[in-house]
Amino acid sequence: MKKILVPIKMVLDANVRPRVKADGSGVDLSGMKLSINPFCEIAIEEAVRLKEKGLAEEVVAISIGPAKAQDILRQAMAMGADRARLIETDRPIEPLTAAKLIRIVVEEENPDLVILGKQAVDDDCNQTGQMLAALLDWPQATFASAVAVDAGTLHVTREVDGGHQTLALPLPAVVTTDLRLNEPRHCSLPNIMKARKKVLDITPVANCGLDMAARLNVLGVKPPEPRKAGRRVANVSELVRDLRAAGVI
Amino acid sequence: MTILLLADHDGHTLGDATARAVSAARDMGGAIHVLVAGENVGPIAQVAANVSGVDKVLVADDPALAHLLAEPVADLLVGLSADYVAVIAPATSIGKDILPRVAARRDVMQVSDITRVIAADTFERPVYAGNAIETVQSTDVLKVVTIRSSAFDAAPQGSVAAPVESVSLPARAWKARFVSEELTKSERPELTSAQIVVSGGRGLGSAQAFQTVLAPLAECWHAAIGASRAAVDASYAPNDLQVGQTGKIVAPELYVAIGISGAIQHLAGMKDSKVIVAINKDPDAPIFQVADFGLVGDLFTLVPELVRALG
Repeated sequence: MKKILVPIKMVLDANVRPRVKADGSGVDLSGMKLSINPFCEIAIEEAVRLKEKGLAEEVVAISIGPAKAQDILRQAMAMGADRARLIETDRPIEPLTAAKLIRIVVEEENPDLVILGKQAVDDDCNQTGQMLAALLDWPQATFASAVAVDAGTLHVTREVDGGHQTLALPLPAVVTTDLRLNEPRHCSLPNIMKARKKVLDITPVANCGLDMAARLNVLGVKPPEPRKAGRRVANVSELVRDLRAAGVI
Repeated sequence: MTILLLADHDGHTLGDATARAVSAARDMGGAIHVLVAGENVGPIAQVAANVSGVDKVLVADDPALAHLLAEPVADLLVGLSADYVAVIAPATSIGKDILPRVAARRDVMQVSDITRVIAADTFERPVYAGNAIETVQSTDVLKVVTIRSSAFDAAPQGSVAAPVESVSLPARAWKARFVSEELTKSERPELTSAQIVVSGGRGLGSAQAFQTVLAPLAECWHAAIGASRAAVDASYAPNDLQVGQTGKIVAPELYVAIGISGAIQHLAGMKDSKVIVAINKDPDAPIFQVADFGLVGDLFTLVPELVRALG
């Protein structure tokens, strides 16, 4: 195939414990470490591997977000993406809007394959890939744990609730990544330097001419109910006694 | 004011997740129609018709629906959706695959993985791996919602069967094709609906220990076996046993975490369990912060001892 498009998202680093703002308006991101969403990193890795196997000619990374999201696009290019595009906006974007913006880019770029993370670990929505496939009327294979290309047909093994399922899809298609698809590489210093010279094209979101109005009103964000403090038991017989007293065994 | 609920099944049995989603639908209010799509799914439709609160069952029986692939099922749902105020499904791998496709086709924003219904258009849902709970109100005409099964009790069997009606799938050439599937066979109860879950982590040290240490305990209790992501990554357990933010979300009566340190991604998948037991040799492991009963020590000694004590 000629081109793979990989949409990626910048999120609160998965190792940082999120703190809900005191006014209940959201999670506090100010001064926090922001990183590439782990599933998106897997998507970049998979696209780059397909290119390295000679199965794709070009990998283009795209992100929708603030100017700072250039950092994750540079990282994607250090991993091996050939060039990148940022649709710049400071507003939070719902998956439906993200899918519509990516569709605009798909129509400009004409990729054979779009690979993206199955969910972002901030809003945990798990929607954008499926929505994009629907808008393009393309086939989809979500939650991929293995991707192979054979004579223009994509074979994708998916993680489903009871085990695995394998689908065959004609190109163009949308694939969303699960955790076990691959282990993303670390970027070497020379590759990081090289990525600085690659093309990163920035488009203000206003140029896309899309109605960006949110469809969901966030009425409030609160911390989860804390669990009551538990206690240590000294030994197995104490544990069995307590579990019986609690009525769970 | 009628809700259309996409039933979750494996081709043979109606998943417990469906009856749980019926409870969420009842909280939203209005009549409930359950769509059973698949091939030769008449018996499953009969089971769905007996779930209390279901007003009608629609059956779409078509070879093209055999594996509930996203394209044909989404087409079917989009076609039916004009008559409904909401299209909902359990947030299983089937519901998560299909519903966003329906939402985009209808130009509405989906509300994913709800844990509570506040009103017919307002829901609570966990974000950031459950470290925050968001209350969202949908402004769209059609609500498209997936339901976190562990947050709702299963609707009981009713005394009167709801009517069952056939619907047909308009023929079209869908692109993705089913090739094969490999489903894990297990005598144990299903992870997301089990009363007791026994989970192992990296502390187990091997796939063999899942069999020799964890399995006897699971057998004592007729419990499901789960695993942390670390255990799955180390190939001690298959991925479909993974409990956590990106694996299965469980909330059993009893969750026993063995050799699991308690990363936030794991806690996201089990912290709503009624009673949590942690067995770990590290007294500072974060799992103890959420455990009702914590036992510090060597799991290879303590778990067999527990099995003997349960006799």
